[in-house]
Amino acid sequence: MATQNTNSFSVQKMIQEKKKKKSAGGITEKIMPYILFLTAAVSVLTTIGIVLTLIFETFLFFDAVSIKEFFTAKKWYPFSDTNGSYGILPLVMGTLKVTVIAAIVAVPIGLASAIYLSEYASDRSRRIIKPILEVLAGIPTIVYGFFALTFVTPILREIIPSLEIFNALSPGIVIGIMITPMIASLSEDAMTSVPNAMREGALALGSTKFEVAIKVVLPAAISGIIASIVLGISRAIGETMIVAVAGGSTPNLEWNLTSSIQTMTAYIVQVSQGDAGYGTTIYYSIYAVGMTLFVFTLVMNLLAQYITRRFREEY
Amino acid sequence: METSTATAKIVNLQEKKIVYKTSDLDLWYGENQALKKINLDIMENEVTAIIGPSGCGKSTYIKTLNRMIELVPGVRTSGEILYRGRNILDKSYQVEELRTKVGMVFQKPNPFPKSIYENVAYGPKIHGIRDKKILDQIVEKSLRGAAIWDEVKDRLNQNAYGLSGGQQQRLCIARCLAIEPDVILMDEPTSALDPISTLKVEELVQELKKEFSIIIVTHNMQQAARISKKTAFFLNGEVIEFSETNKIFSTPEDKRTEDYITGRFG
Repeated sequence: MATQNTNSFSVQKMIQEKKKKKSAGGITEKIMPYILFLTAAVSVLTTIGIVLTLIFETFLFFDAVSIKEFFTAKKWYPFSDTNGSYGILPLVMGTLKVTVIAAIVAVPIGLASAIYLSEYASDRSRRIIKPILEVLAGIPTIVYGFFALTFVTPILREIIPSLEIFNALSPGIVIGIMITPMIASLSEDAMTSVPNAMREGALALGSTKFEVAIKVVLPAAISGIIASIVLGISRAIGETMIVAVAGGSTPNLEWNLTSSIQTMTAYIVQVSQGDAGYGTTIYYSIYAVGMTLFVFTLVMNLLAQYITRRFREEY
Repeated sequence: METSTATAKIVNLQEKKIVYKTSDLDLWYGENQALKKINLDIMENEVTAIIGPSGCGKSTYIKTLNRMIELVPGVRTSGEILYRGRNILDKSYQVEELRTKVGMVFQKPNPFPKSIYENVAYGPKIHGIRDKKILDQIVEKSLRGAAIWDEVKDRLNQNAYGLSGGQQQRLCIARCLAIEPDVILMDEPTSALDPISTLKVEELVQELKKEFSIIIVTHNMQQAARISKKTAFFLNGEVIEFSETNKIFSTPEDKRTEDYITGRFG
């Protein structure tokens, strides 16, 4: 029979032969871990390098400007040869204003859409809406910047006549719109991964769907939700193009949202594009500002880790 | 004569009331008919067991009794289920109201990822009970009722997921007792538990039947024989036999019931 014929060879023998050939080239097994380690090391070293550069250049900046002035002076006015002032507070204020507005816009909308998608939407609409959200998250930020300047600002000026062309409100709202899909999508992932058995348990006690969403699913997914919000806020803090285009370049310490501002990122853009010479105080100042920005996002991340650990509901 | 039989009938009705009266219930999953012309009367303060092989419709039936079955897309029903005289399949019957009266314990323990206390207090809280002192009392009473108080009283604020599987299941029973339901539905409550935990849950059921009407789906025929007053045998979506548990297990009327309980199939 044909089948018997084809079975006449021994699989074991073939494996042994192949193995012999392999062990000659078994070097792959040995060097592969090193290659993989190297690639991992590249990214770690790059990060360390960036942080070190930041620290060194920041130190050079503080040779020229006192730490006290940097943190307490109320004016950021570096473009003066004689009486320049390097107080970071106005730039921090700009960043905070924009970030808080963005969070006020993005957190409620993002969470509400996440709840809708995970608890109410049919499979079909979820399959349609989620990819759209992810496309929104991929739009280049310069596009959002012009959207803020040429579309949102004019509309806002209809409502608030005193609004300046460059202001905190418009870029804040647009950054909020930008990070909403991210918060919605990541929170939705966290909520969808809450086991259905928990929803059933709550429904069987006579809960309405909304009670299940708010009192069972949301707390169970809270660590993922907080992570998504922090990621969103970190992006808002670090966002550059939108504020550079629509926020203006007037650092100030006012609480006013309608006047021109400057954020930390926008300042770095301004100096990088200008002709501040290497070695000047202005040149080093962008590293000090960058360092501050880095500390901000670092603190945000640590805070997020703490909160997620503190409020985690394990299942 | 006639009046005396009439009074006897009334007395009889007062002694044992029907909790659930199912009449001609059909249920389809899409094109698949899962339940066929079910007729069952379930009495109060009794344990009614539902047995049958996998896929016979027993879980489907018990989930229809608190309309959890509606979570499955494409389910259709016809016929009626009267709960205390009202048809629960009627769209005007508020499903939340029904489920506040009819508690359910699931196959796998499903406590919420909250503290033991919060698990039990969840039901009363969503129904508007906020007074901390009253909640404390409810939690203690429910945990005692579920025979788990002594094991957890010192760690009420710990996460429920630190408990063993058997403890989790009794916690779920306590959670269910906390809203003082009228009926407790149990969908194979011991199938994920070890023998000792199973025994504890069975003992608990014996206690609970004094206050509640219990309907329990089980794969385990010995369990049905041990704990129930009446047993319904389901096969392919039909009720083959429904009578006193003693009778079903000693002198079943239908050949198929006999084949099943003697282990010839299923």
